[in-house]
Amino acid sequence: MSGLIAIIIVILLAVILVQLGRVSDLAAKIRGEEKVEQQGNDRTAFWLVIFMIVFLIGCVVSAYYYKDVMLGYGPHQSASAHGGDLDSLFNVTLFFTGIVFILTQILLFWYSYKYRYKKGRVSKFFVHSTSLEMVWTIIPAIVMTFLVVKGLMVWNSVMPDVGPEDEVLEIEATGYQFAWDIRYPGKDGQLGTKDFTKIQPGYNDLGMDWNDEKTHDDIVLSGADIIYLPVDTMVRVRITSKDVLHNFYLPHFRVKMDAIPGLPTYFIFTPTVTTEEYRERLRDYPEWQVPADPTEPDGPQRWEAFDYELACAELCGTGHYSMRRIVRIVSLEEYNEWAAGRTSFYYDNVRNTDDDPFKGKLLNSEIKNRKRDLNKAFNNALSATDEAAKTIRLEHVFFATGSATLEDRSKYELNNVADLIKKNNVTVELAGHTDSVGDDAGNMSLSEARAQSVLDYLLNKGVSGLSAKGYGETQPVGDNETEEGRAENRRTELRIK
Amino acid sequence: MGHFKATHEMDVMIEETGFDDHFHDHHHGDKYQSSFIGHYIFSMDHKIIARQFLFTGIFWAIIGAAMSIVFRLQLGFPEESLAWLKPVLGKWIVVNSEGIGTLAPEFYYALVTMHGTIIVFFVLTAGLSGTFSNLLIPLQLGARDMASPFLNMLSYWFFFLASVVMFYSLFLSTGPFSGGWTAYPPLSALPQASSGSGAGMTLWLVSLTLFVVSVLLGGINYVTTVLNLRTKGMTMWRMPLTIWAFFVTAILGILSFPVLASGFFMLMCDRGLGTSFFLSEIFIEGQALDYIGGSPILYQHLFWFLGHPEVYIIILPAMGLTSEVLSVHARKPIFGYKAMVYSILAIGFLSFIVWAHHMFMSGVNPFISNFFVVFTLIIAVPSAVKVFNWITTLYGGNIRLNSAMLFAIGFVSMFISGGLTGIFLGNSAIDIQMHDTYFVVAHFHIVMGIAAFFGMFAGIYHWYPKMFGRFMNETIGKLHFWGTMIGAYAIFWPMHYIGMAGVPRRYYSFETFDAFAHFDDMNKFITISAIVVFAIQIMFVINFVSSIWKGKKMTTRNPWGATTLEWTTPIETGHGNWDGKIPVVHRWAYDYGKDGKDFIDQVTPMAEGEVPGDH
Repeated sequence: MSGLIAIIIVILLAVILVQLGRVSDLAAKIRGEEKVEQQGNDRTAFWLVIFMIVFLIGCVVSAYYYKDVMLGYGPHQSASAHGGDLDSLFNVTLFFTGIVFILTQILLFWYSYKYRYKKGRVSKFFVHSTSLEMVWTIIPAIVMTFLVVKGLMVWNSVMPDVGPEDEVLEIEATGYQFAWDIRYPGKDGQLGTKDFTKIQPGYNDLGMDWNDEKTHDDIVLSGADIIYLPVDTMVRVRITSKDVLHNFYLPHFRVKMDAIPGLPTYFIFTPTVTTEEYRERLRDYPEWQVPADPTEPDGPQRWEAFDYELACAELCGTGHYSMRRIVRIVSLEEYNEWAAGRTSFYYDNVRNTDDDPFKGKLLNSEIKNRKRDLNKAFNNALSATDEAAKTIRLEHVFFATGSATLEDRSKYELNNVADLIKKNNVTVELAGHTDSVGDDAGNMSLSEARAQSVLDYLLNKGVSGLSAKGYGETQPVGDNETEEGRAENRRTELRIK
Repeated sequence: MGHFKATHEMDVMIEETGFDDHFHDHHHGDKYQSSFIGHYIFSMDHKIIARQFLFTGIFWAIIGAAMSIVFRLQLGFPEESLAWLKPVLGKWIVVNSEGIGTLAPEFYYALVTMHGTIIVFFVLTAGLSGTFSNLLIPLQLGARDMASPFLNMLSYWFFFLASVVMFYSLFLSTGPFSGGWTAYPPLSALPQASSGSGAGMTLWLVSLTLFVVSVLLGGINYVTTVLNLRTKGMTMWRMPLTIWAFFVTAILGILSFPVLASGFFMLMCDRGLGTSFFLSEIFIEGQALDYIGGSPILYQHLFWFLGHPEVYIIILPAMGLTSEVLSVHARKPIFGYKAMVYSILAIGFLSFIVWAHHMFMSGVNPFISNFFVVFTLIIAVPSAVKVFNWITTLYGGNIRLNSAMLFAIGFVSMFISGGLTGIFLGNSAIDIQMHDTYFVVAHFHIVMGIAAFFGMFAGIYHWYPKMFGRFMNETIGKLHFWGTMIGAYAIFWPMHYIGMAGVPRRYYSFETFDAFAHFDDMNKFITISAIVVFAIQIMFVINFVSSIWKGKKMTTRNPWGATTLEWTTPIETGHGNWDGKIPVVHRWAYDYGKDGKDFIDQVTPMAEGEVPGDH
């Protein structure tokens, strides 16, 4: 309601002013128009000069007052390696344009004042002057050339893509209405393929293609997770979008690039100031020495609560203004520690589910890692003295359900075992175990049959000195009440004698 | 020659020196203006059509500006209740249980979008260029009318249709289009992406397609008229700068608007026919769409191939009007006439090869940006020449500081302020940080919004007597100037600081981000300034309308002592503009203060031994 009243007042004011104008025009008629006009003209000329002075002083004073938001000043310094160049280019431009601004505004208003109408004066017939016009063509041209050259030097140092020799951490930001998904490459340092047709909302939100083994170690940050990046490390952000245009905008790092569906873009930058260091920097400024939350005067101060922010800078719909994520820049050690604590989306959520194209198959990486682990375990077992340490669980030996037939993929493990036994020339016992489901006798014979299957396979590979034994459900290592426990118990072991 | 008997000294001179085109020989009265409808509605008279454009432009300006007040209230006073706007905005004001009304974010974006579309196209293209090109091209060239009065009439009525469609879209239940005036796909292509991208966007596209037709019909007419209907003696180099500006503007429009239309057609196909010009690999609302292989960047190229010339389509007429008004009221020839013309031509040419400077951060190859930086910053040179020439025009003048002149001076001030910030943004490296922040908002509002309005106001105050036979109230005019000048700087100057701080434009609320949330005072200040400026514009509109009937009457043909031909016609200028012969031109348009005379109009023959002013 108050707004409505305000508007009515404004309209009434306008009407009053219109009437005042009419009255003053009438008054002018009465007092003799020419004289009034001359006086009015002088008055207007005077006010133009006053305006010019107040305006220019206002510009300078306000610029000083707001110096802390100016690029490259006070707390508003860039936190990335390239940002400083941008800021200095901005300030060089400000210097030149500032001079032109002040000079031209002064001349414009001063001439309007100085050459105001005087009765009987005939103006100068000054049509053109080639030399003057040359001056104000050439000088701007020189200044522009300088700014263009300087600008392009900065641009071409910031924008080109990384070369093959560059050490770079590549992460991926995917914009959608209205948030960002962030993906890290995991141990292999490479982001796996994704495909928008493979997106499963609430699960595989990025549409990662599990056929590409590079996706298997990729780490996806969930909703509100903070984006961690190591300081002084070149970061290449691969920027993509799922639906409409977005823009990956990190104001403190002078980073900005559109996110486009179907067309990945990138921005490369090197953070140079950790979040902690930036907070320390802000600490010196009074506007940052106030409570972060005004309702909690004793809470943390603004500088303590400071965080780098990721925003969207391309209109993307109703929630455009809310696509915030926190970015934290930490030391390389802290980053590595943080990264080690992340687990891959694939192993957490996908491996051996129906969505996994490698379900029931061993991945190359798993075979490789297993070989390494097996070698290690075998060497340990050779030098061990107690019975438990001489026992190695054959992780990658699989049987068809309820039968003693070896699955094809068991060959990697068994070939490795064969090589190890031959090389070290030891005698081993192969032991089969089951869980407690089903009757004891059945389990016993199944475990024996399975141990025998393994033995047969190894014999085939020319290994000697083997024996096989079934233990049924008599030697559980896990809790038979739970599915995990039963899985633990179903196993084939190798004991060095 | 018909029954015309010259009595006014100007008519006598035209009868003596003018050219008889037998215009009045064959019909008595006027077949074009025989009925009310023929005269005032489906008029083919360029002067009436000019006024139609102006009235429609003012109507849209009020709506466009009122919209900005509503969204500025949201930005400046997000906590204040807007429940009082409920009767006007209906469901877009969401009132909670405590009676506090908030603007719905969807409608905030619709308002921002419509504000831009309306002001750029309907007010500053149709309202500005449409008005003054129509009014001045025939009059200042000594022509009876446009080359094709019929196409000229169609030009207005297509604009009118476009207006009706756009106005209707404001009342859709899903709201008008809300994806920004640039309408980038996929947001504009997918109704799932935003409620305004449904019927609102369809009507937006229909409306602007009609608008393109209007601009093309008008533009072809302007160019043809300038090339073919100049009176005897009116060589190209004797044309006033207004005409040069309208001429180049029309060429820009003819060359660039069809490209926009092609972009619109492709967008329509993507929306309705399932093509994939601009769309690829989209997953939205739980569904992967079929579009594959298109590029949203292609649309941006097509859009900005119009969009950049468009800003010159807006600003060139304002420059032309300003040049003329400055010269007339400073009682001095425009300084460096030829340099001014060459600058207009250079700006017009360059405006076609700088479009991608709107797209530095949109994912185009960074190498390409090098060229666009170079061409963009070259524009600063002809622009600087124009500014220095305007200032030098004032030097040594005898300046009448009336409302028209004040707005012309204000134009130069705004053009300097807004133009200089363009040097920051045109440099791609600075644009990395500044792109889509309030710095950009400040820049383009000052340089092509406020400045263009100032040029338009200068034109309205100056040619009001020509249009309505009366003057606008000077006192209110001056108040209007001071309020707008101070107010416009008060609105947009602080935005530079907000932009430098990194605050992005098109944000419904700044509270989500700590980095953007701390400019409440400045945002309040801006909003209050905007309200004041809006009120002052209402005052202008009242002055404008009431002066049609109550303004001081024009008693002489040439109240400003101008040299150009429009002031040689009778005060009540009828169809055909001159009652007898058409005037013949003997000199350029800027003989002010020459040979000790206040001014010598273009129809006065050269005295013996007189050196031409433009030698």
